[in-house]
Amino acid sequence: MRIHLSSVFVDDQDKALRFYTEVLGFVKKTEVPIGEDRWLTVVSPEAPDGTELLLEPAGHPAVKPYRDALAKDGIPATAFAVDDVHAEFDRLRGLGVRFTQEPLEMGPVTTAVLDDTCGNLIQIVHQA
Amino acid sequence: MADDIFKALADPTRRKILDELTEQRGQTLFEICARLSMKHQLGISRQAVSQHLAVLEAAGLVESRREGRYKFHDLNTAPLKRIAERWTMPDESESTP
Repeated sequence: MRIHLSSVFVDDQDKALRFYTEVLGFVKKTEVPIGEDRWLTVVSPEAPDGTELLLEPAGHPAVKPYRDALAKDGIPATAFAVDDVHAEFDRLRGLGVRFTQEPLEMGPVTTAVLDDTCGNLIQIVHQA
Repeated sequence: MADDIFKALADPTRRKILDELTEQRGQTLFEICARLSMKHQLGISRQAVSQHLAVLEAAGLVESRREGRYKFHDLNTAPLKRIAERWTMPDESESTP
């Protein structure tokens, strides 16, 4: 068994697609209209057949209190692996991305936490 | 107020939290928990860390601020200065070289 799909709730699918592709650097994999929304997934260009990330509409009434509570305490919705957290931090901050946790070396891992502008915090991580 | 400070400082986990806030200001609860678990191998729950922070806040040693959707914690050392001042010897300033 492998992880095929993970999802994040997003306020606005168009805005999310722009952030996840143009800023973070993922590529769009599937886009299927479903009513007013779309089944919209992105993948890493480094692993086009790897785990897909579903940009899922945040319309369900349970989503807002759930995400607000996570955001308040700084808890990421999910984590992405990068080669170098410090380099990504510099690159993304240069693009105006807001971080709630600057790069932090903790033994074998280095992490940072950013705001995806769609309602979520995202952790980036690399192993030393 | 003074008793709150001593109670807050009496716990080793709370002293670790203050150590970490000295290193980096403006930490979220998540970052504080990550530092305690990864740097100090303290496997305590977020709820427990949250309670420790509440004790530190009541003593005035930690201040929290909301920025948009986020809550950040900062160290405030002012109460510690009041402890030092409380037991200052009258002639201490004269004997200091």
